Amino acid sequence: MSALLQAEGVSKRFGGVQALAGVGFSIRRGEIYGLIGPNGAGKTTLFNLLTGIYLPDEGAFSFDGRLLAGLKPHQVAEAGIARTFQNIRLFANLSALENVMIGRHVRTRAGVLGAVLRDRATRGEEAAIERRALELLEYVGIAARANDAAGSLPYGDQRRLEIARALATEPKLLALDEPAAGMNASETAALRGLLERIRGDGITILLIEHDMKLVMRVCDRVLVLDYGERIAEGPPGEVQKNPRVIEAYLGAPAAV
Amino acid sequence: MKGRNPALIWVGAGLVAIALLALPFALAQAGTAWVRITNFAILYVLLALGLNIVVGFAGLLDLGYIAFYALGAYVYALLASPHFNLHLPFWLTLPFGALVACLFGVLLGAPTLKLRGDYLAIVTLGFGEIIRIFLNNLARPVNITNGPQGVSRIDPFRLGGFDFGKSETLFGLAFSAPIKYYYFLLAVMIVVIITTIRLQNSRIGRAWEAVREDETAARAMGIDTTSIKLLAFAIGASFGGLAGGMFSAIQGFISPESFVLVESIMVVSMVVLGGMGNVWGVILGAVLLSFAPEVLRYTVEPVQKSLFGRSLVEPEVIRMLLFGLAMVLIMRFRPAGLLPSAVRKRELAERKE
Repeated sequence: MSALLQAEGVSKRFGGVQALAGVGFSIRRGEIYGLIGPNGAGKTTLFNLLTGIYLPDEGAFSFDGRLLAGLKPHQVAEAGIARTFQNIRLFANLSALENVMIGRHVRTRAGVLGAVLRDRATRGEEAAIERRALELLEYVGIAARANDAAGSLPYGDQRRLEIARALATEPKLLALDEPAAGMNASETAALRGLLERIRGDGITILLIEHDMKLVMRVCDRVLVLDYGERIAEGPPGEVQKNPRVIEAYLGAPAAV
Repeated sequence: MKGRNPALIWVGAGLVAIALLALPFALAQAGTAWVRITNFAILYVLLALGLNIVVGFAGLLDLGYIAFYALGAYVYALLASPHFNLHLPFWLTLPFGALVACLFGVLLGAPTLKLRGDYLAIVTLGFGEIIRIFLNNLARPVNITNGPQGVSRIDPFRLGGFDFGKSETLFGLAFSAPIKYYYFLLAVMIVVIITTIRLQNSRIGRAWEAVREDETAARAMGIDTTSIKLLAFAIGASFGGLAGGMFSAIQGFISPESFVLVESIMVVSMVVLGGMGNVWGVILGAVLLSFAPEVLRYTVEPVQKSLFGRSLVEPEVIRMLLFGLAMVLIMRFRPAGLLPSAVRKRELAERKE
């Protein structure tokens, strides 16, 4: 299996805080790669660097054989990385369907002239956008809410809608920032099913998650960060037993 | 419009069309002034629709919008008047004015794109004033705009032997100059309305909505927010420029005084009062706000005379007073506008919770 995403020596500093210090890793095609660590470990910073919201101070990402350095967020999306946000960022006043249709923007072409003239090609594209958006709502299991305002959906459905919107951009890598946050046990179980299905459809997943049960069950490999540094990487079973990881989560054993 | 009887819609549209076609002749009975007022109302509808693209669709507050109207007006005036002794045909100058306004829209947009909300409003307000002050002062050392005196004797629209500035009788009906312009404006307005609605319900329209709702999320979805915002500025500005050119031709005279800050605020008020983001609401707002002062002008004085025997308060003062009161009432009771867009309604409902 070849690497889809490779990070090398990625560092980012905010004032006096070293948010990330020379982090490197590589994600293989078709795997679910977990990113865990205590609060403030630098997980979301890593996401924001990867998706072009911040520029790294040092280091770079290469994705699908191409360097991502200096790309703006919309170019990263075009390159094939789609993300969700830790604090859900849907277009709250638009319908669920419109949210997903907006996700199709980057893979469609119609411009001003097409929109105004409504030629056959534009009408066809528009119909295809709506069809695909409905399919994706169906795929994540919220097709019944297609015409409801995104902000009015229950929390778990909003998380699903964010995933549907991200999938609409046809990503090769889907980066999820705490998708299970605030979900109950049965919603989390359903989410796990969804993640495995997405992977089954050939999309690689990068997953930030605090729900350890979910991470241990669904991830093929896990990267652990603490204070911006990489402290462990490997299959969940091994990482779980790593003394440095245990220390990061539970604190150092008391000196006797 | 889904689910409604299509035949009924056609009948309705037909009735509206007949009413709009017959309107100027009905108005002419009350005086040609009313046809002129209607023409200006249509110009305001065009302005409000253009501004609605920037403010209502893309969510960028522009307080200097009248500058684009001014640019369109001056381009037309300078290219079709004795001032430079140029008399280019209107089918050339009108689109050219829209193009110049469009370029300035991009020029204003490009450096201000990083600003949001209040900051953007302040910069655009400044831009509007800069344009007006330039027009006021570009008379020396080279006389370009003729300064505060303005440009006069601007050509009316002419097409072959057909002169929009002259009255004539066709099929036994008297077509005065304002009536001719009315039909031209009506046609332009219909094209602009269709353009706006089609843009709103397109990939571009959705991208504008996304930018307005959450710019960060829009970027993460692959929307190039810089160019999509510039596009809103450019299209909005070109509508303004188009309206400006027609204003020049109808009026025959323009000066910087026609493009003061209050005009920008007036257009913003039309958009907000009618219902930001909703094309029909914006049109209603523009029509109401352009007719209301004229109706008051003709009623305030007679009413006072009959009540008190003399005129106590000047019509202009009462107009502004009533205008202010109306705005306060609207903001209090219908904050999303008279005909709110579905999105705005949701937004405000949410805030109440």
